[in-house]
Amino acid sequence: MLQYIAKRLLFMAPLLVGITIICFAVMHLAPGSPTDLQTQMNPRASAEAQERLRAMYDLDKPLYHQYWIWVKKLAVLDLGQSFSTDHRPVADKILERLPITILLNVLSLILILAIAIPIGVLSAVHQNSLFDKLTSVLVFVGFATPTFWLALLLMILFGVQLGWLPISGIRSLNYEYLPAVAAFWDLIKHLILPVMLSAFGGLAGLSRYMRSNMLEVIRQDYITTARAKGLSERAVIYKHALRNALLPVITILGLSIPGLIGGSVIFETIFAIPGMGQLFYMSVMARDYPVVMGILFIGAVLTLLGNLVADVSYAVADPRIRVS
Amino acid sequence: MESDFWKRFLQNKMAVAGSLVVLLLFAVSLLAPWIAPYDPSMIDLTQVLAAPSSAHPFGTDQLGRDVLSRMIWGARISLKVGFVATGIAILLGAILGAVSGYYGRWVDAVIMRFVDVMLCFPTFFLILAVIAILEPSIWNIMIIIGLTGWMGITRLVRADFISLKERDFVLAARVIGASDLRIIFIHILPNAMASILVAATLGVAGAILTESALSFLGIGVQPPTPSWGNILTAGKDNIDIAWWLSLYPGMAILITVLGYNLLGEGIRDSLDPRLR
Repeated sequence: MLQYIAKRLLFMAPLLVGITIICFAVMHLAPGSPTDLQTQMNPRASAEAQERLRAMYDLDKPLYHQYWIWVKKLAVLDLGQSFSTDHRPVADKILERLPITILLNVLSLILILAIAIPIGVLSAVHQNSLFDKLTSVLVFVGFATPTFWLALLLMILFGVQLGWLPISGIRSLNYEYLPAVAAFWDLIKHLILPVMLSAFGGLAGLSRYMRSNMLEVIRQDYITTARAKGLSERAVIYKHALRNALLPVITILGLSIPGLIGGSVIFETIFAIPGMGQLFYMSVMARDYPVVMGILFIGAVLTLLGNLVADVSYAVADPRIRVS
Repeated sequence: MESDFWKRFLQNKMAVAGSLVVLLLFAVSLLAPWIAPYDPSMIDLTQVLAAPSSAHPFGTDQLGRDVLSRMIWGARISLKVGFVATGIAILLGAILGAVSGYYGRWVDAVIMRFVDVMLCFPTFFLILAVIAILEPSIWNIMIIIGLTGWMGITRLVRADFISLKERDFVLAARVIGASDLRIIFIHILPNAMASILVAATLGVAGAILTESALSFLGIGVQPPTPSWGNILTAGKDNIDIAWWLSLYPGMAILITVLGYNLLGEGIRDSLDPRLR
């Protein structure tokens, strides 16, 4: 097992280097200098002051040198300072917003699993039934639905028309004065719509995948064997077939992480949730390059870690992977 | 073979429905100047945020512009973005995949690691980061969506090439002295066209979804140019008073993407019924 993990880590190393190169390249595509925004806004900035500013961000050095400086700092999680007026370290700005983004994504992942797996299994077991046909249509519609539009519609319905759910932020204004239980309920109410919508994006794909997995497993010889020795249909499906059909889902979960993280930009912006996605959007609008580069990097590293966790859990669940 | 394809395709109701939607969109985009009831940029301050009526079937926006007319012109933008972005992705994906699958060894290793690295990035993050630098404009959007969407096609074309290059017709071409370039583009690539076509159709749908999300966030197609995404931005700004600004453009996106997806799946199923 340890050997397997070491092998995966070794495979990840070049990817990590590639990620740093792409992050760095993206940020240096920019025509002109990132400090232009600060200096051009200020007519009194002299040529020397501009040079000093450039030197402060190491922009006067050759590219490979800048890359090396940047990577060395990355190694100790020093992502530089924000260009915005608070000039705070980028790492701090991201870290304080990361928990809410991770919380949202984990909750929606749980919701996706809880809904998509039963749908996939049931439509495979009752192939071509009304339920199967209905869910197939829903899956197609789900694939084509822009989730931010669905967000708008649900905000209109539950927020504006019915007034059941809040449509912005994660806390009410009077949050601090609420007793603990009410405060918790307040948080839940704010999270319902964002989590539901973020889960919606992944539902169609996973239930479709689960269905085809299950269909494939049901046709295997050992299922016929299980039936032949007189096991109840229930035991055949939920004990023998389901377990094997669930295995590849681990990989799919790993693969769905970049989509979820990317989607957090949209949901956090729509619902005004102070997470990493919203910070990313605001930094893009403000051209706060160090923050943009930092989040781009963190997003890719989170994906890499998610894939590692998926690979390792697959190996734990399925011994065949470890051996080959 | 060809007639089999059409027979199967025409029997597939979903595929036919998808192609009708796509054809309708082409027609609407082409005929936009003639079928739009109003000038899409005509501001009428006496009709600000008017609810749907017989004069304005889909209502008006915050500047009194006719939403239906803006959506008809917006169809052009979607079509343009979908095709140009996918074109770029296909071009890159086909070339990289072909080279990777044909030459194998270190060329393949380098290209495939590059694909792995690109897939580590949440695509939406990558797109936003580049937009932060390049200014949002319709051309930049199309190029960026294309440049971040070629990885899947590369893997697909590579897989096709790996199995195709072992076939006898490739050996025959090599025996008569055809160059590598000729073998790749004249002999093998046409055989990989089927899977590329399917990927392209599904790619157009994806590009349209991405463009609408970007325009919705205000970093895609910039007003006053109408796009389905940026009408929805106005919908969000007026969420408590003008539901029609949110409802109709989103439905247009949904139907369009659904159409392309059904068409793509239909083509796939008709090309090779065993894949179903």
